[in-house]
Amino acid sequence: MLLAVVVNRMAMALVTLAGVAVVIFVLLRVVPGDPVAMMISPGASAADIVALKAHYGLDAPLPTQFWIWISGVVHGDFGTSITLHVYVTDVLASRLPATIELAIMALIVAVVLGGGVAVAGTLMRRTAGETVIDGLNSIMLAVPDFIWALALVLLFAVAIPVLPLTGRIDPALAEGFATRFYLTESVLTGRFADAGNILSHMAMPALALALPLAAVIVRLLKQSLKEAMVQDYVLLARIKGFRELHLVLQEALRNAVGPTLALTGVQFTFLIGGTVIVERIFSYPGIGNLAIDAVINRDFPLIQGLVLLFGLIFILVNMGVDLAVAALNPRLRHA
Amino acid sequence: MEHWSPKQTITDAGPQPPTAVERLLRDPKVVGAGGFIVFLIVLALAAPLVAPMDPLAQNLVLATVPPAGFAESEPGYLLGTDGLGRDVLSRVIFGTQVSLTVAFVAAGLACLIGSLLGLLAGFLGGFVDALISRLVDIWMAFPPVLLSILLVAVLGTGLHSVIAAIVVIDWTRFCRVVRTETMGQAQMDYVVAARTIGFARPAILFREILPNVAPVLIALLTLEMGIAVVVEAILSFVGLSVSSDTPTWGGMIAEGRQIVHEAWWVLAAPLAALFATVVAFNQLGDGLARSLDPVLRR
Repeated sequence: MLLAVVVNRMAMALVTLAGVAVVIFVLLRVVPGDPVAMMISPGASAADIVALKAHYGLDAPLPTQFWIWISGVVHGDFGTSITLHVYVTDVLASRLPATIELAIMALIVAVVLGGGVAVAGTLMRRTAGETVIDGLNSIMLAVPDFIWALALVLLFAVAIPVLPLTGRIDPALAEGFATRFYLTESVLTGRFADAGNILSHMAMPALALALPLAAVIVRLLKQSLKEAMVQDYVLLARIKGFRELHLVLQEALRNAVGPTLALTGVQFTFLIGGTVIVERIFSYPGIGNLAIDAVINRDFPLIQGLVLLFGLIFILVNMGVDLAVAALNPRLRHA
Repeated sequence: MEHWSPKQTITDAGPQPPTAVERLLRDPKVVGAGGFIVFLIVLALAAPLVAPMDPLAQNLVLATVPPAGFAESEPGYLLGTDGLGRDVLSRVIFGTQVSLTVAFVAAGLACLIGSLLGLLAGFLGGFVDALISRLVDIWMAFPPVLLSILLVAVLGTGLHSVIAAIVVIDWTRFCRVVRTETMGQAQMDYVVAARTIGFARPAILFREILPNVAPVLIALLTLEMGIAVVVEAILSFVGLSVSSDTPTWGGMIAEGRQIVHEAWWVLAAPLAALFATVVAFNQLGDGLARSLDPVLRR
């Protein structure tokens, strides 16, 4: 039964992805800005322009262009970036690890922070402490990553200048890496000084991405925990003499965590979408920052590749969440 | 023709319950946040009268003057000046004009289009529903910030493009919620009754279902206004919103980010304005949802 759900979801995902491909392709072709005009030197003749257009296949009719592009994509060929003059797949492969490490770090921070505050709020329920947490959290829920990122700039780069404002790692350190997963690699190879440098660069963007998600986690998890805390099994454990913290962590959390996991998964796609602007603010060299440059430079093949990549990530995350929720909850398995 | 509505039964059931407006006025969240937004509207309308200076007047002699109370501040420049010696306070005040225009127009249009499609999908079901739902799925597979930047790049910069981009992206928020709500309402007895009496489909949709979906819609619209303000700021930040001679919070933030080490107030002032506006729209939306939603109210 689960298999049928998987197959069905994958088919739907493929349709969605095909739709994304068509939408982005058509959208870019109605752009008034001409990519060739942006890359050619001012003295170029009309013949040069025609030749260049032919070189990038931009002179063919639209359906032909689409066919060439999409059949390439199916074979893993996303074309060549017009501004960077390298394969789109190579650019994406070199930039994606930075975004993956940032997004996962932000997710971890959000879960730890949100989970911690939710547990603390549950322990303090019906006290002034809970009121303070609720009040602050209702404001936190409204504030997007864009505002957090800039507030952190003001705080940690200007007021208390302890964190680097831009980049992913000190350029001098970036040489000695075999992969683009700098953080993972430096931890695995025991280069903790490098890891510290990377973490200090990652701290602000990761926190900016994590805080909105943490607020969502606090609200839902605290609600679920409070509901669980009045159930009979918690009462039983209480009678057995377990301490309050044990009751929350060992008894209530296990039963309350389901809905929060599902929502966290869905919200993770928002977090990934947020990397676009947050990476921009901190000049962090991931695919989000790359995407803004690609759009401003009208680099069609790169934009198309990036949008498909983002679409694929979103769909995979959503599918993973759906399957995890279905696997965890027998009642939803047939939905 | 007199027809059944939930409100009437409640009224007949006993002492007069407070009306929706009375409930709203008792909610401190709604009053506080709503009051702030009214204040912003007045500020935007009266900007030329209220702003102490011309927001575009440059004075390079008085560039990056710190706010009042800090060393080397200048009298008359309450929030200091930016890198070109323009008055930060006046620019923040004029910035409300673009932000609020976007908030009301973009969110309103997104609401109109999204809820119309949502009503149709939820009410008609079948092929129409499948088509619209698939469209929403495709839309949701784009990162919203990337899509908005892309759209503005396609449409060209300017206020109209920003509004169009927000509408094109955020109609899905309304569509999804309204579709689910409509499907729920369509199962209710009063809709079945209306069908039985022989009401035409458009009449059922707009006279029966829409008023019952409206509370959720109003709350969602308010939340969307906050989102629209942020999206405009992001587009201004990237340099894709209105032209640089119109003061916007996002444009000021972008400039402030560049000179943050020399003049932090150029970033701090518009950021604080943006923060307060977003929180206000959000709290208002929350309060409205609580007061208007018949289920949450209990």
